[in-house]
Amino acid sequence: MSKGNSIRNKNKINRIKFHDILLFVVLLGLTITFIIPVALIYVISLSSNESIRNLGYTLFPSEWSLDGYRYLMGTSEQLINSAFISVFITVAGTILSVIVMGMVAYVIYRKDFKYRVQLSFFIFFTMLFSGGMVPSYIINTRLLHLNDTILILFLPFLCRAWHVIILRTYYTQNIPDSLIEAAKIDGARELELYFKIVFPISLPGIATIALYSVVLLWNEWFTGLLYINNSKLLPLQVLLNSIQSDLDVLSQNPEFATSPDGIEMAMNLPADSARMALAVVIMTPVLFAYPFFQRYFIKGLTIGSVKG
Amino acid sequence: MQFIKEIKKNWELILLALPAIILLILFKYLPMAGIIIAFEDYQYSKGLFLSPWSGLKNFEFLFATNIAWNIIKLTLGYNIVFILLGVILPVALAIAFNELKGTKTSKVFQTISIMPHFLSWVIMSYVGLSLFNNNGFLNTILNLFGADSIDWYSKANYWPWILILTHVWKTIGFNSIIYLASICGIPVEFYEAAKLDGASRWQQIRYIMLPHLKLMMIITTIMALGRIFNSDFGLFYQMPMNQGQLYPVTQTIDVYVFNALRSMRNINMSAAASVFQSVVGFITILIANGIIRKIDSESALF
Repeated sequence: MSKGNSIRNKNKINRIKFHDILLFVVLLGLTITFIIPVALIYVISLSSNESIRNLGYTLFPSEWSLDGYRYLMGTSEQLINSAFISVFITVAGTILSVIVMGMVAYVIYRKDFKYRVQLSFFIFFTMLFSGGMVPSYIINTRLLHLNDTILILFLPFLCRAWHVIILRTYYTQNIPDSLIEAAKIDGARELELYFKIVFPISLPGIATIALYSVVLLWNEWFTGLLYINNSKLLPLQVLLNSIQSDLDVLSQNPEFATSPDGIEMAMNLPADSARMALAVVIMTPVLFAYPFFQRYFIKGLTIGSVKG
Repeated sequence: MQFIKEIKKNWELILLALPAIILLILFKYLPMAGIIIAFEDYQYSKGLFLSPWSGLKNFEFLFATNIAWNIIKLTLGYNIVFILLGVILPVALAIAFNELKGTKTSKVFQTISIMPHFLSWVIMSYVGLSLFNNNGFLNTILNLFGADSIDWYSKANYWPWILILTHVWKTIGFNSIIYLASICGIPVEFYEAAKLDGASRWQQIRYIMLPHLKLMMIITTIMALGRIFNSDFGLFYQMPMNQGQLYPVTQTIDVYVFNALRSMRNINMSAAASVFQSVVGFITILIANGIIRKIDSESALF
């Protein structure tokens, strides 16, 4: 009897092991497909022009070179400028948005606020309906005159309905009404209550929203593309994009390409490795940082899926 | 009078909410009012309120052309594929992660799987370039095996696959997180009871996990259907690096509106398309939310 059992158990264990190995191999393969394209960009940025000319894009160039990065150093003025813009709008935008959204989320969390329902709807409705690209463009340029200013690069992103809802849910789950009442009995005024008591307690929730903001603002390229002409105001993402569109202009306009202006533009365009180097500079900060904050991103998702 | 009194009583809370209110008015509600531009023959010199009224003419023009139907077809077509894949694949991935023995490996794989989420679309366009260009990685490998290079990058017929693949690559990891979290919340007793009844692992997945996830999958699908007239502008504009010859397979509503806006010649058509998208999108979201409310009122947006 026991012999039969142990043989059966051995077979069971073997079967389980095969499943596990198969699963591991499949997931490993999948993981590799996530890594390779990104690794490719790093490798191209470190490939020599020779290698790219002869072998094309490969993970194993014939010749490694820092030429791409040297080129970037040569354009350092524009690069530093754009880097400054990107950092500025990311930092300023994150700090401001966290303050703005933290405050309004607190107001709609307060069940005793007289206009709670109306304000919630006011915020929430923006998730259902939007003016659209063209009306937004006309308003931003003709009415608000934000065209070609640094403000347009972060102001529109300061209040995001979805994140306000996440914050409100966070407050509801983590700040008991009794705390508010007790503070009021102790004589705390509303503003004091929020900044001195509620805000410090809600830092984990605030941190989650802050991280979302950082990624959003750092990766934002559309507003710069649409509204910015002044090269001093180009964020990094838009700079990278504009290099490509300059290349497009040259390749699609043969007359322009052979004109003196066109030739000058062509001479100033960076080689493949330099463009990839710029891509590396842009994506590395976020890629290296996000694993450390992963649990915040996950927390934000799980809170967001619970209706507060 | 009563209203003013209320404001005075609550002034501190209102003050806290004020910056957000102002920002939303400026950047969300004013553009809503700006919708009238689609009903005007907009002229820059006259501005929003003085341009001549043209009623539905812009929309007539737009739908008289083939373009309108093409961009709508493209947008809807891609979205249907994305919705199907977007609910099946992340769930499959979440289940796979959960089955993996060894939480450390699972965590590493999961962390890597969400990496594409953090790449901007500009960076993604360079990923596409490095893979699919004439001298790109795929062709390098083909050449290694003696095959000819394939012109993936500038031929329109490859791009639907490229775009779908890219979309899945970028979203599968991040979208699986919520399903994985849900799976982890299933009490162990369910599995133990099933095991006692002789259920295999596959059966356990099918009869315990999937029903548990079903609601979330349905909600996600319906919400995505609510946004079926919207496309990911970054995907359709940046990935192809705005190559004109690819427009028949890459120009969704958003890309069309953007291109028409930038060329400035077509601001009326562009406005009509943009407003069409907003209004129809609003209706579909209301319908979607209504359906969700019938299924499970707690999951509805409102």
